Amino acid sequence: MTDNGTARVVLRLDGITKRFGKLVANDAIGLSLHEGEVIALLGENGAGKTTLMNILFGQYTADEGTVEVFGRTLPPGNPRAALDAGVGMVHQHFTLADNMTVLENVTLGTQSLLALSLDRAAARDKLARLSADFGLQVHLDAKVGSLTVGERQRVEILKALYRDARILILDEPTAVLTPQETEDLFATLRKAVKLGLSVVFISHKLHEVMAISDRVLILRHGKLVAERPIAEVDKEKLAALMVGAEVSAPRVEPGTPGAVLMQLDDVTTPDRGNAPGLRSVSLALRAGQITGLAGVSGNGQGALADLIGGLVSPETGRMELHGAHPEGWSPRAAVQSGIARIPEDRHRTGTIAAFDLTENAILETYAQPPYSRSGWMNWARAERFTRQIIDTYDVRCPGPGTRIGLLSGGNMQKLILGRVLEAAPRIILANQPVRGLDIGAVNYVHGQLLAARDRGAAVLLISEDLDEIMALSDVIHVISEGRLSPGFARGRMTPAELGVWMAGQGFETGEAEQQESADAP
Amino acid sequence: MRLEPVARPSIWRSTLPPAIAIGATVVIASLLAMAAGGNPFSVLGLIIQGAFGSKFALLETLNRATPLIFTGLSVAVAFRARLWNIGAEAQLYAGALMTVVLGTGLLPWSGFALLPALAIAAMLAGALVLLVPALLKVRFGVDEVVTTLLFNFIFLLFVSMLLEGPLKDPMGMGWPKSERLIAEARLPRIVEGLRLHWGFGLALIAAGVIWVIERRTTLGYEMRAVGLNREAAGFAGIPVNRVLVKTALLSGGLAALAGFSEVAGLKGNLTLDLSPGFGYTGIIVAMLALLNPLAVVAAALFVAGIFVGADSMSRAVGVPSYLADIMLATALLLMVVAILLTRFRVVRE
Amino acid sequence: MDFFDILISASFWTAAIRIASPLIFATLGELICERAGVLNLGIEGIMVAGAFAGWMAVYSGTGLWTGVAVAMLVGMFFGLVHSLLTVPFGLSQHVVGLGVTLLATSLTYYAYRLALPEVTSPPKIEAFQPFEIPILSDIPLIGPALFAQTPLTYLAFILVGVVALVLYRTPLGLALRAAGENPSAVAAQGLSVTAIRMGAVMVGSGLMAVGGAFLTMSAFDSFFFEMVNGRGWICIALVVFGAWKPGKALLGAILFAAFDALQIRIQQTPLGADIPYQVFLMMPYFLSILALIVMSRRAEVPAALMVPFKKGER
Repeated sequence: MTDNGTARVVLRLDGITKRFGKLVANDAIGLSLHEGEVIALLGENGAGKTTLMNILFGQYTADEGTVEVFGRTLPPGNPRAALDAGVGMVHQHFTLADNMTVLENVTLGTQSLLALSLDRAAARDKLARLSADFGLQVHLDAKVGSLTVGERQRVEILKALYRDARILILDEPTAVLTPQETEDLFATLRKAVKLGLSVVFISHKLHEVMAISDRVLILRHGKLVAERPIAEVDKEKLAALMVGAEVSAPRVEPGTPGAVLMQLDDVTTPDRGNAPGLRSVSLALRAGQITGLAGVSGNGQGALADLIGGLVSPETGRMELHGAHPEGWSPRAAVQSGIARIPEDRHRTGTIAAFDLTENAILETYAQPPYSRSGWMNWARAERFTRQIIDTYDVRCPGPGTRIGLLSGGNMQKLILGRVLEAAPRIILANQPVRGLDIGAVNYVHGQLLAARDRGAAVLLISEDLDEIMALSDVIHVISEGRLSPGFARGRMTPAELGVWMAGQGFETGEAEQQESADAP
Repeated sequence: MRLEPVARPSIWRSTLPPAIAIGATVVIASLLAMAAGGNPFSVLGLIIQGAFGSKFALLETLNRATPLIFTGLSVAVAFRARLWNIGAEAQLYAGALMTVVLGTGLLPWSGFALLPALAIAAMLAGALVLLVPALLKVRFGVDEVVTTLLFNFIFLLFVSMLLEGPLKDPMGMGWPKSERLIAEARLPRIVEGLRLHWGFGLALIAAGVIWVIERRTTLGYEMRAVGLNREAAGFAGIPVNRVLVKTALLSGGLAALAGFSEVAGLKGNLTLDLSPGFGYTGIIVAMLALLNPLAVVAAALFVAGIFVGADSMSRAVGVPSYLADIMLATALLLMVVAILLTRFRVVRE
Repeated sequence: MDFFDILISASFWTAAIRIASPLIFATLGELICERAGVLNLGIEGIMVAGAFAGWMAVYSGTGLWTGVAVAMLVGMFFGLVHSLLTVPFGLSQHVVGLGVTLLATSLTYYAYRLALPEVTSPPKIEAFQPFEIPILSDIPLIGPALFAQTPLTYLAFILVGVVALVLYRTPLGLALRAAGENPSAVAAQGLSVTAIRMGAVMVGSGLMAVGGAFLTMSAFDSFFFEMVNGRGWICIALVVFGAWKPGKALLGAILFAAFDALQIRIQQTPLGADIPYQVFLMMPYFLSILALIVMSRRAEVPAALMVPFKKGER
């Protein structure tokens, strides 16, 4: 922490306004960053944080306002100028080429395109020095695609440091990290500050903001609504400022577990490229219970979701649904077995953007009566079904004939929820169900999942957000490199303990414990 | 520069860009006509006159449009499912080949039985020809653009081989052409005395059928879903590979009908110059029609008119008839930009 | 002459290298486009345009190398048209490519008819003559094949090395490859994806046109319709066969050309006389399809090939 009064201002944003059509993403925002300071930009999804940083970084041009770095105004819409001025950004979605090495990714664009050769030796020297100074170890000749998420983030940070960044902007950096990796990141940031860098930390995670920043700025609906030194706030105050009203998350009562609806015994599925398959996974999903799956992205969640969703069959091991072994396994078979699937990516897998709401609503059910008969579609019935979903699930839209791509993320997710829940499913697979949604939509989705559970469904909740898992789940499993931990009942584990499992360490000792309890009479 | 979607395009935005695209095409054609020493107004006037200016011209245009409707439908159906069928030319010849193999006396049936049989057989042949690249794509992930293209060359050589060999007309004085179809295998004229044959009627019916399939059947819905977002379609349970195969069969069959129609309706036999590129032109027709089956009819008439008119103009004033191809290529490229601009605005970023 | 005799004859390999030359230019050109993330289906038409433009320049009196330069410029023009529509506007690369092929081909035929309205047989020019490299061309078998070719062939081989060098050892090549793998990585480092992709397509198209010009200025000495005859499409298969690497693409082109040279010669053997010539002409196309099937693992496809780049995350 530094004395803000005398430290110089390294970054100043003044009156930044940005409109996308009728949407005002940023409304006259101004802020200053002092040397050696860590400020947090807090706001829920859709508040305008990423847009603001894209303007700073030159990906967008502001409609009004200026950006000053070290006293000099930045030419707008020029990422090169921002980089040269010392601004380094670590993006939320990594901007790395998977098929190229770490060294290639870091040195991309750092030499003139007219230069006749790559100066690899000098680059290696500099990177060795930076790795040591900042505590960021990476293998320079590894292909980025083979790195873990935490390692990839280190590469993103090194990219910025290699370009002599004096200001580091990190956009939701901890969304994909284990608790331990988050601690490592914070250690790196503290080192950076000691070495004279200044940091802007964008997040919606309150306890992290409290842990790392000196000052916090809160964005809501595109406006800067509050600015406080960290000493003057706590998590509750921040939450209230972020949402602007009483935060009413749904009350979570423990569920009443019933019969086992789905049983996996020692299931293994093949790897797919860099994504590991399942390795001898045993899992029981019980009615009336939310089973949470915690883990760093890329550790086999996709494989489990694909298996339950019908896209993949077990290579070895056994899967049982409602006590029986399913004959042919496919997405359609899964749907017909009463499994509701909320996919991870509503844009890529959940909906077809150019289709209207009606066409999207019957994506899983079009092939049977009443929506079609002997190959003839019954669009009237389909539209009626869609209207029912729109009413029941409060989907804000001009009508069932609207292209779904025009809807907001929250409304798209509500349509997906509606189409799967209206079939009264026995098992619900919710894969990152609230990713990218604003707080209102988040609470709605959680409320629906809890209601479904209370009606007797078995819910499998897959999420990278450990807070979400811990709040909602009756039992938590951790997945790491395709292996599944034993189930931990609600309230039994702390985040740090779960973090140990997420990093893969619990599995060695855990297996020993399992062996003991299995052997004991 | 960035493209921003426009939620509710104004009437200007919806009509101005396509109008400018057509206008620019006309201007470019005029400049090229002038380079050839022609007067642009008279050149364009002669094209229009040659296409629609007389009963003879109109019938010629309708005749020329018939195979284009079929290949246009074939390509539109395939492209709708993002199956890039560039092989309509080979499929056309497959249909023509089958018509000639079966229709030169092998099946001594009456017209009522023979014609439908020939059409169906032709469709099967065309479907098979597209099935191979489609299966290569589905099983091995081989890009169908190149395979269907290469198939065109292969199949044309195959037809040439047959025409110089087993299918050669023994009374053809050595020229590589097939025997003539028997009378029962000929498509009758729509109106006695006019040169328009029932292939045209069949083409219009086909357009209607495809429209119904796309809008009202589960197959149509599946084809559209697979074309717009294959991953989401597969996730939802749509059998993507089966849909692609069905699409290939339908698309190949439609292109083959063009061959059937040309042989049974117009020419009466098979020669190597049966198609001056109808399969490729079908792609232009499909794109100009924005893949809509009913619009394919209009686009085919437009394109046929340009070709017929340009031929007639070229005979009159000597400007090379390739002007037609230039106009179509220009129209296609400008039109795709224009369509984009009706839905997006360009924002300086 | 039987099969084995053909394979060890110098004239066979000389022909193979000559047949490979236009393929090398065009395959390198397409490789550059695709490495940057753009599929250029205009290749067939651009080769036609280049064949005519280069030949026409020489026919009108310029020198041979000026003709090559003219062909290259014509190719770059069509590359500009293609990349303008596919990169900043992000339109379908399939549709635009086919449209460019049609445009280039039809403009070429139109210009040919305008320039030479009354010809019955195509007029000839003084084409590139073989230039024997002293000493090296005396080596048995490979001497005449590799060192007694026309200057354009030597240029083709040199270009393979140049392209490989630029692609793997310069910052420009790094940026180009990154544009084809993940354009947001390029943008995040302050480079312009649009400029890189458009530049790549223009340079690649220039090379394609030179490949076409080889046909009219080196292999033959006149221009006739249907001259390119699908070579462009075959080069697209060769890029896949070569796994998007210049060296492997060169090998693919030579292998393919060898088969082509072989089939011409086999036709003249007793065995060949019984088989219809069309079967031999079909072989190159079958081979290309086979090459595509064999390489269908596609592990080395540039990850962002055919994915348009839209600025900013929203």
